[in-house]
Amino acid sequence: MNDKPTLNKTLKAVLYLLPALVIIVTFSIYPIVKSFFMSFYTDYDYFKDLVYARGLDNYKVIFEDPEFWKSLGNTLLFVVGVVPLSIIISLVIATLLNQKIKFRGLFRTIYFLPFVTSVVAVSIVWRWIFHSQYGVLNYFLGLFGISPINWLTDPTWAMPSLVILAIWKGLGYNIIIFLAGLQNINQQYYLAAKIDGAGAWERFKNITVPLLSPTTFFISIVSIINSFKVFDEVYALFGGQPGPAGSAETIVYYIYNKFYGEWDFGVASAAAYVLFLVIFIFTLIQLYFGKKVNY
Amino acid sequence: MKIQLKDITMRFDHTTAVDHLNVTIEEGKLVSLLGPSGCGKSTTLYMLAGLYRPSEGELYFGERLVNKIEPENREIGMVFQNYALYPHLTVLKNIMFPLKMAKVPKKEAEARAKEMAALVQIDHLLDRKPSQLSGGQQQRVAIARALVKKPKLLLLDEPLSNLDARLRLEMREEIRRIQQEVGITTIFVTHDQEEAMSISDHVLLMKDGRMQQYSAPQDMYDYPKNKFVAQFLGNPPINIFPAKLSDDLQTIVLQDTRETLQLEAPISDPAAMNGDYELGIRPEDFYIETDSVKAGLKVETIRVERIGRDNLLNAKLGQINLRAIISPDVKINKGDMITLGIRPGRARLFDSSSGHNLLH
Repeated sequence: MNDKPTLNKTLKAVLYLLPALVIIVTFSIYPIVKSFFMSFYTDYDYFKDLVYARGLDNYKVIFEDPEFWKSLGNTLLFVVGVVPLSIIISLVIATLLNQKIKFRGLFRTIYFLPFVTSVVAVSIVWRWIFHSQYGVLNYFLGLFGISPINWLTDPTWAMPSLVILAIWKGLGYNIIIFLAGLQNINQQYYLAAKIDGAGAWERFKNITVPLLSPTTFFISIVSIINSFKVFDEVYALFGGQPGPAGSAETIVYYIYNKFYGEWDFGVASAAAYVLFLVIFIFTLIQLYFGKKVNY
Repeated sequence: MKIQLKDITMRFDHTTAVDHLNVTIEEGKLVSLLGPSGCGKSTTLYMLAGLYRPSEGELYFGERLVNKIEPENREIGMVFQNYALYPHLTVLKNIMFPLKMAKVPKKEAEARAKEMAALVQIDHLLDRKPSQLSGGQQQRVAIARALVKKPKLLLLDEPLSNLDARLRLEMREEIRRIQQEVGITTIFVTHDQEEAMSISDHVLLMKDGRMQQYSAPQDMYDYPKNKFVAQFLGNPPINIFPAKLSDDLQTIVLQDTRETLQLEAPISDPAAMNGDYELGIRPEDFYIETDSVKAGLKVETIRVERIGRDNLLNAKLGQINLRAIISPDVKINKGDMITLGIRPGRARLFDSSSGHNLLH
């Protein structure tokens, strides 16, 4: 395998890589670069692809746009609502699934299903679950004497509905990753902790949680990035609208709307780069703190 | 704490790992569980730890029946084969962990942990993580962690198997020293007979889940109850020769040769005689007989190896190979015929079907 690289062999290698490279360059690299430049197009004829003026005006526009700030705020709210809860719930379920229980395989499949189903299809089901009159959720709440909530039409409840859907949707993936992490923990630590007098809760707190921290760290980074990019769920759950009165408008929805709704490509690109910067900063902060969790 | 095992049996599905084990371990003693892989020694240890629950029988710690007591309530400390130090905690925190679980106030816990670290001589490493320690140091931390809550019983699961030869020697002396300083009842699992012989008060030798012999190490070596015990202990292993007993019950005739041997004592249980025997002689119980008048085995030299301070003689008696440890002073060459004498009282005679030692 360690042959000397010759021109012939390098060409051959390039040939093998070519299909993948073409796809990546066309659909990933080119749009990334192009949109970066686009975010500086202030006067642009997209029919003829002619740029008359460049500048920072697009950034100025979005920073002065209250809708942009609102969508950014909504996105932050969404991240804060989804990520911690999703991690805690999936950790608990993964721990349970890691025990010797009956039908373990069945449960794993059930929890993994949301991850492999289409967001659009699932959102339709959830629209029914959230339905204020015929919805299952309100029916159950009714059993406890809670009067029906207008999940999808009341601006105060639109974001919680979105958070519930997103948590449910992300569980499967997180659980699988957590299960893999749990299985990497040597059973000896649990035996040792038992001998050292640790009960089940103490073992979870003192062995599982710290030894799982690299996995938790990975999941939190992935979840935060994915949550900042939330769009499909919003679009599908509220039927193409960003929630009642824009109450569930996230930053990607804002970008989408600027691009396809208002055909303002420069502003959309600028907003996309702001989002990129926000995610980048969050990830850097996480990496900084992440150094401490790895033992 | 005195430990009693009464008819302890452990079954996994269709295999019986431990079969009706009856042992009493006196307080303050160090007992080795010895045996080949799969003999049930680790299973026995795990039952003592409470990680396995015996299928049958009763396990007593002092007067208390502990069959159903969870490990966390058994007042035991344990050192695992790969130490199982918590990788995310420092040495000090590792040692403090059992105290933290016992809700000992932090100041006191720290003081006790430091005291224990001093006992095992790692007090200069308290701030390190386990991954920054050598094998021997990890071992010491594991022992400190096991002892810090002042358990009544210390269990060691092949604690030396991950160390190199020199460190192994050092650590086994350390374990003995610490055990005697603390005076704790200790059970030590090993498959290394030399290890077991050197540090234990008593050795419990097991095979296929059954106890073979439970006695002081030197007794076990000198008076093995059966052929398995005799073969398991000693390196190089004991020489075994098929033999017959002549009618006077005193003269052994070695098969395929005309060599005979007089027993010093009559066999203990004449009823067990069936005609087929095996003679066992340890390599160090041979000596070179220069006086041609005296009795001895005439053997043909195959090879002489110099191993440290002794010479190991490989020789042939009829069709059977034997090994003898002989003085390096005598010059012997390949092919030489020599006479090997047997030290008085050192021949063992086993029943070839049951393996029982017929002389002791």
